[in-house]
Formats: sequence, C-alpha cells, structure tokens
Amino acid sequence: MDHVTTAEETAHAKHAHEHHEEGFLRTYVFSVDHKVIGMQYAVTGLLFLLFGFGLMMVMRWQLAYPFQPIPIIGNWLGNSRAPGGIMLPEFYNQLGAMHGTIMVFLGVVPLAVGGFGNFILPLQIGAPDMAFPKLNMASYWAFFLGGVVMLASFVAPGGAANSGWTSYAPLSVIGATTGQTMWLVGMICLITSSLLGSVNFIVTTIQLRAPGLSFMRLPFFVWTQLVTGFLLLLAFPPLEAAGVLQLMDRVVGTSFFLPSGLYIGGSAVEVSGGGSPLLWQHLFWFLAHPEVYVLILPAMGIVAEIIANNTRKPLWGYRAMVASLVFVGFMSFVVWAHHMFMTGMGTTMSSFFQTTTMIISIPSVVILSALVLSLYGGSIRFTVPMLFALAFLPMFAIGGLTGLPLAFSAPDIHLHDTYYVIGHFHYVVAPGTLLALFGGIYYWFPKATGRMMNDVLGRIHFWGSFVSLNVVFMPMMIQGLSGMNRRMADGGATYVMNQDVLVWNTVISMGAWTLGLFQLFFIFNFFWSIKKGEKVGDNPWEATTLEWTAPSPPPHGNFTAPPQVHRGPYEYSVPGSHPDYIMQADPSGPKTEPAKVQL
Amino acid sequence: MEIPYVVDERSDTGLTNVKLGIWLFLASEVMLFGALFSTYVLLRINAVEWPLGANILSVPIGAFNTIVLISSSVTMVLCYAALKLNNLSGYKKYMGITIGLSLLFLFVKSYEYADKFSHGDFPSKSTFLAIYFTLTGLHALHIVAGVIVNGYFLGPGSKLWHTNKTQFINRIEAAGLYWHFVDLVWIFLFPVLYLL
Repeated sequence: MDHVTTAEETAHAKHAHEHHEEGFLRTYVFSVDHKVIGMQYAVTGLLFLLFGFGLMMVMRWQLAYPFQPIPIIGNWLGNSRAPGGIMLPEFYNQLGAMHGTIMVFLGVVPLAVGGFGNFILPLQIGAPDMAFPKLNMASYWAFFLGGVVMLASFVAPGGAANSGWTSYAPLSVIGATTGQTMWLVGMICLITSSLLGSVNFIVTTIQLRAPGLSFMRLPFFVWTQLVTGFLLLLAFPPLEAAGVLQLMDRVVGTSFFLPSGLYIGGSAVEVSGGGSPLLWQHLFWFLAHPEVYVLILPAMGIVAEIIANNTRKPLWGYRAMVASLVFVGFMSFVVWAHHMFMTGMGTTMSSFFQTTTMIISIPSVVILSALVLSLYGGSIRFTVPMLFALAFLPMFAIGGLTGLPLAFSAPDIHLHDTYYVIGHFHYVVAPGTLLALFGGIYYWFPKATGRMMNDVLGRIHFWGSFVSLNVVFMPMMIQGLSGMNRRMADGGATYVMNQDVLVWNTVISMGAWTLGLFQLFFIFNFFWSIKKGEKVGDNPWEATTLEWTAPSPPPHGNFTAPPQVHRGPYEYSVPGSHPDYIMQADPSGPKTEPAKVQL
Repeated sequence: MEIPYVVDERSDTGLTNVKLGIWLFLASEVMLFGALFSTYVLLRINAVEWPLGANILSVPIGAFNTIVLISSSVTMVLCYAALKLNNLSGYKKYMGITIGLSLLFLFVKSYEYADKFSHGDFPSKSTFLAIYFTLTGLHALHIVAGVIVNGYFLGPGSKLWHTNKTQFINRIEAAGLYWHFVDLVWIFLFPVLYLL
C-alpha cells in the first residue's frame, strides 16, 4: 500500500501538533526529533573535536620544546601528569592514545554521521523523522555515555589509556591502568550507539523515501550515508567482539591476546598463554579500515551537494559515482591487513591485501575525478561552503595519493610507523573530512536556524584553516620520509638521523596553534549567527533537493505537506527555465533522471 | 506527518520498518558472533594442543539444553501463529512456555558454570575455557535480553493488541526472528564447543 496522506489528515496532524506542548527536557534533552538529536550529535561532536584538538596542542608543545615547562596550563596538570609543568612521557602517551580515539570515535563520526546524517538525511528523502525515533535517542545517549566514560578515564588512577588509539595487545593488556579498561567499556558503548544508529539510517533510507524518490534520484549525500550505515553495521561488531575479548583478558585473566612464554622485565607473565597478539590487530583493523571510509564518505557526500549547488550544474557521472561508492563500501572490508604488513603475517597475505588496496583506490579516484569534472563549465559561486568544498578536492587527493606508497608492502617497510603515516592519514581526515564538514555546517546552517553564518568571518576561518592545516601536515611527510618515528615523547630529538628534520617540529607546532586561533572565528561566528545572523528564506542557496522545500528551521514533522518527487536531485541550469533550477518536489518542468545529463 | 510503514508494508520494498530493522540488526549480530567464531578457529589452529570438548564439558547437559532451546523456538512460532489466528490467550500460553524454557536454559547453563567453577575451571585456566566462557556467556546475555523483550510482550507490551493488532503481530514477528537467531547461534555453539 502506498502511503497517501490527504490534505485533511495533514491539517489534522498540524492541529494536533499545535496542541501538543512538550516540556523543556522532552524538547531539548530527551528529544526524539531527528533534528534535535542531529544538533545534539553535532554540538557534542564539535566539542569533542575541540577537546581532542586541545590535547594535540598540548602534545605539540612537548614535541617542539621537549621537556620544557608547558606554559599557561602546565601547572594545572598535576604531579602525576606534568610535575612542575614538565610533561611525563606516560602522560604524552595518554594524550596520543586519547587524541586518536576522541577525534575518530567521538568527534568526526558523531559529527559526520550522527550530526549531518540525522539532521539532513530524513529531510533530503522527504521523511517526517527517522524510522525509529526512540532508538535514535537511545543511540545518542549511548554515545554520550561512551564519551563520558572516555573523559572520566583521564582522572582514573594511572590516567587514561596509553597504548595508542589502536590499543595493540599485549601492551594494552599487561598495562595496569584502569584507563585501558575504561577505554574498552567506552568503546563498547560507542559501538552499541553506532549499531543502533546504523540500523536506523538504513531503514530510514530504504523505507521512508518520499513518493517518486527512486534510488537513482537520491541526493549523493544520502547514498554516502546509506553506504556508511552498512559499514558501521557490519564492521563495528568485530571490534565489539575484540573489545569483549580484551576486557576478558584484563578483567578475568584470560589470554586471548597473550602468547605463551611472554616475559616482561625479565620475569614470565603468569597467564595460561596460547593467545595471539596478531588476532587483536586483525579484529581491530577489520573495523578500523572501513572506519576510514566512515570518516571520508559522508564528507564526499557533503562536498558533492555543495559542488552541484555552487557550480549550478548536475553532478558529472552521478551513476558512476554511486556505483563507485557502493564498490568502495564493499572493498573496504577486504583491505584491512594493509595496516599489518610489518607484523610478520607473511608475504602471501601481504600480496593479497596490497592487491585489494590497489583495487579500492580506483573507485575512490572515480568519485574524486567526477567531482573535479563537475566543476568544468560551471559558473562557480565562490560562497564560503564552496571554498571548503573546493579545498577538499586537492587535500583529499594529496591524502589519497600519499597512501599509495604505504599500500605497497615494500616501501611500507621504510614508511611504516613514521610521521609519513600520520601526515597521510591526517591529510585525508583533517584537511579532507574536517574541511568538508565545516563546509557542510556553513551550507546547512540556514536550514537549521533560518539565518546565514557571517560571510567575512567564514572566509577568514577558511583561509586561516586551509593554510595552517597544510603547514601542520606537509612537513610531517618530510619528517616521515627521512625516517622519523611516530609516538616519541621527545619528538625524536635523541636520534641522530632526525637532527636535520627536527626544525619542522617547531614549524608544525606553530601551525597547529595558529590553526587553533583561526577556529575562534568559527566558534564566534557559530554562536553569533544563531542570534544575529542575517535572516533568510527557506532556500537561500537556490538548491534543488528536498530539505530546501521544508521551512527553515523545519517544524516537528518537517514538511508542511508530504513532498512528491518528480525528478533527479541536481536540476541546475535547466535550459529555458527561469530561475535556473527546478526543485525535486516542483511538479512543473521536464522529468529527468541523473543519467541523462552529460558534460 | 506520521512515520509511515510502521504498520503496513511499503509496496516497493514489501517490508515494514521493524522487519527490515530486525534483519539488519541480525546481520550485525552475525558479524559479532562471526568474529568470535573466527577467533575460535584462529586460536585453535595456532594452538599446540587443543582439548576435546567432550572431555571437559558434559555432552548430555549440552544436548538437553539444545533440545530446550529448539523447543522454545517452536513455541515462539506457535505464539506467533496464535496471534495470526486472532487467539490472544493461545499467544499468552505459548509465550509463557517460551519464557519458561528460556529460563530453564539459563538455569541449566548456570548449573554448568557453577560446576566448572567448583572444580577450579576458570576462564583463565586455558584458552579453551576462555573461549567457552566468552562465547556461551555472550550467548546467555542474548538469552537474557530475549527473556526481557518477550516478558515485556507478554505483560505490558500486549496492551497494543487491543489498539493495533497488525502492529503487535509485527513486533512479535521481529521478536521471533531474534529468538530464532539466538537459537541458531546455540546450534553452532553446541557442536563447536562440546563435540569437536
């Protein structure tokens, strides 16, 4: 049965909502509305990003000026972390582990998937809400609980987890800190949250599409969220299993990850043995490689939306992009062991995973090329979101291309565990994903609040961030190529071979602090614009997709009338049409599909 | 606007939201237990020696529990069928039996655990016991979750029957799918741990 709502029913529903006052807690804290939950995710994610970045700014002091008193906050850190303001190496390790964990699991994913996905996806498919609103709320609170546990681990005896964000066994098992156990508990909360969220996203996309919105008419952003949902659904459970096993090792005293004959400090460890440290790495990377695509795919979706809107052109090769996206999602499950070339797992395994890694680069390049080609022949509007989207393209390209030497097992021998790896990964996620996410915030801010963000502040934020991000990450490539190891509490100062590239440590740190400074423009702009931003109508960017049909900000239930979709998502510069675009829900004009549009 | 396809199926997908949701959830559960079974395989092929399950665990008790759990799956189907036949009291009877059988399973399982512990067979003693306790423990947690969900549908949740029969049947179907999955996991666990 098709879902048909008559005008009468709509009027009735509207009437019912008007007489349906919810209390403050129900409306803003324990809300089941996807928009409020999306905001909660986004704001919490942004706060965690700021916190994780703060950890990094402290670490950068230690790397640039090893074992000198930390200014400003040094005296607050306490004797167990930084006696006399001088950072202990143990605390440096905690900062490193928690920076990675917080940025990936509590910052970027909640913002990109929880925030943007929750807020935008139901609007873009013309749905009144997510398919399971209560589950959605449960998902947010499970995430919140996980975040609280992670933060609380800093004040636990012995401090937070300090075995790297990868928590490699046996180091993570034999370490005596409570922080690692809390890390595992926190991860299990986060995994539960993303499981509930991903079920919700997939069901919503498949079931709640508005009439006429076929799969090939979905905005690209929705496709990226759908594929991301499958990655979260299927890749996270193995890490949950791994977390349970490591928890058993730490709490119950099993030895899943502890081999027989393990000696620490010259004495044998009293365990039954027979476990495998490699097993942890396999289970961890089985999640953590798809996780990289969880980080990047929503960003690609956001960039695609912004580019189509600001070039005033349909996306070039929409169908090829969708096919590549699905293929990337599938392949991301069979590349995980390229993180493990140096573990001694054998050359046969390495060859297999190096081949699959080569294969997965092809669809990624297809998507990126299609985005670049979409610019061709467009009359580009250089709005603030567009600046971020444009910057994403070369940044992601650098991130992707620097990955190729790592994907081959031979050059990886030299590059493994150096700053090159850090540079490569961060180019994908920081100048790549984060710039796209910022672009998305500027782009959809008027939909969420009914007001524009300030243009001048936005441009300052963009140029400052863009330049300083490159100052931070490009020198890491140089350091890494010269062989400088990561995870050193003194920035590698004691190694003779590092002496030529040590100077970059100071440059990078300066870049990181400058980056922090430019984020103040964003933070100010964000809060100022909520109250004082220029008021705009429902569709300030003259966009075509369904979310711009809804009022700004959308009311409870989103649409005043159920939308009916008549065409593909990016009908810009339609010949003979005035204005130059036709919205998806607009009944007039030609009914086109994405495939029919050529360069 | 109300959320569509809560009660009725969407014509082009042929699914209600809850049915698609539960299948996706089960897919993720397959990955969870799949990872643990893979762990079992990896640890076993790396092991110098691996005990025969039957020498450590009691096969008759495990077999008995297998029968208990399969029977509970049958009664779960019967309670769903009773609802389809518009028979609420039949549903309550069979749902009650299902919950009773689940509790019997948990009782037998805890007896097994207590017996192991009393002989000093803790998870830390060997890799076999470690994976045994982890797999069966996680499975038992799934049983507990099932008991809670089914108990809810037997008690306060059954009020929905009087306002929306189709939606209630949909929910019981989803609960049934979950229950069959938990049953299926045990059907893999029993031979892997007790017999091989």
